[in-house]
Amino acid sequence: MNFTRIYGLFLRHFYLITRSFPRILDLIYWPSIQITLWGFISNFFASHSTYYNNAVGVILTCAILYDFLFRTSIGFNMLFLEEIWSRNFTNLFIAPIKISEIIISLIFTALIRALIGLIPAILLTSPLFGISILDLGIYLFFLFLSLYIFGITLGILVSSGLLRFGPSFENIAWSTMFLLAPFGCIYYPIEILPEIFQKIAYCLPLVYIFEEARNILINNSVNLENIFTALILNIVYLSITISLFYFSFNIARKKGTLINIGE
Amino acid sequence: MENLVEVKNLKKNYGSKEAVKNISFTIKKDEILGLLGPNGSGKTTTIGMLLGLLKPTDGQILIEGKKIEENRIEILKKINFISPYIELPKKLTVKQNLIVYGKLYNVLNIKNRIDYLVEKLRLSDLLNRVTGELSSGQKNRVSLAKALVNNPTVLLLDEPTASLDPEIGDFVRTFLENYKKEKKISILLASHNMNEVTRLCKSVLMMKDGEIIDKGIPEDLIERHGRKNLEEVFLKLSRNKNEFH
Repeated sequence: MNFTRIYGLFLRHFYLITRSFPRILDLIYWPSIQITLWGFISNFFASHSTYYNNAVGVILTCAILYDFLFRTSIGFNMLFLEEIWSRNFTNLFIAPIKISEIIISLIFTALIRALIGLIPAILLTSPLFGISILDLGIYLFFLFLSLYIFGITLGILVSSGLLRFGPSFENIAWSTMFLLAPFGCIYYPIEILPEIFQKIAYCLPLVYIFEEARNILINNSVNLENIFTALILNIVYLSITISLFYFSFNIARKKGTLINIGE
Repeated sequence: MENLVEVKNLKKNYGSKEAVKNISFTIKKDEILGLLGPNGSGKTTTIGMLLGLLKPTDGQILIEGKKIEENRIEILKKINFISPYIELPKKLTVKQNLIVYGKLYNVLNIKNRIDYLVEKLRLSDLLNRVTGELSSGQKNRVSLAKALVNNPTVLLLDEPTASLDPEIGDFVRTFLENYKKEKKISILLASHNMNEVTRLCKSVLMMKDGEIIDKGIPEDLIERHGRKNLEEVFLKLSRNKNEFH
């Protein structure tokens, strides 16, 4: 593992972000709009729903958590797609950078991207809606950690597809999160889902994360089992997708995708 | 003379299509080897395998005596590549791109290396300009700087002067000649510009349909095939390979 190379790849994206005000604005704009919208929806539900009436901000907190997941996953994909769009893909893969170093660098850069967008959005929630995500306490860290790992997992999964199938896989990159969102039980309890969907949902870490966020905010209690299950599932999925990324890289070398992908 | 690159019985199949068929060649230290052939002859596939972007179906590639399949990262530190079909990140300045690639190649004392390349390739006025806004000639010199940032011992060039005006093309060719002399590096040059190949290359490989159909020094090839220049030899070989087997 070479930290200079990891830093080099990080620097490539750091320069890209910091050179362009519209890019920074773009990172901040969407999460802020999203959170503001859900803030008003949350206020409405809090005053009209018996389920939510004791916990103003449950929906908004879940919206913030989901947005963090979304930004992390999309952020990772964007970093990978950026190399394809700029026709720099070949340059990257002929540099002596290991796959593990690419993954680590993109994981770290995706976090920075997600935080650039999310921190202003979180800061907005307090003056606008009187809600603080910090109400989740110390467990907020573990929920964010789980979401971050799952976001990265999805990012690596999509990037594996891009490596294997080339830019034609790009559309999938945008739709992964939307495909999984219904099973994540972000805004509703798992009981709402049909039984077959519940079985699928229980295989994903998302349901444990969002169920636990609601549990903490509504019942003022903590079920550590949910937090541990989410983390364990995340580690399993992350390990599988990293293996898949290596596998896709080898297939791409056999099929020639790496040489044609940016052309 | 020492062989920096050895290619032995190299094959690459895409499914049932044989893109490269059992080719062998070497590139000596301080040598520029020309790789000629019509589109689809297997040149890019061969370069892809030399860069570790493609896994050979069979055969071996050794760079400085090390097998690329077993030492990919180690070997990539010593080689580099330019092609008009790949670009540097367009939104970054020239200096930022050179710093990024300096880091990716783990270059010690990046500043000195960049200063050296800036002087040699006349990039001082371009350093703080955005790469995507440069002319094709300027981009070409920047890509060349990136390709030399790691002080490679083996340089792979795919059409290095394509789409350049004659003056810039001549500057690049002169630079490559001088740089090779100074650093004693090995260069593989894939080009469709026969004048360029005649000027730069000590020896030439002619490829067609994935095979090497002839090889030798340009003057010998011209004489052997009874033609006036390398371009005529290229056309003759491209049109009928069996005639010369």
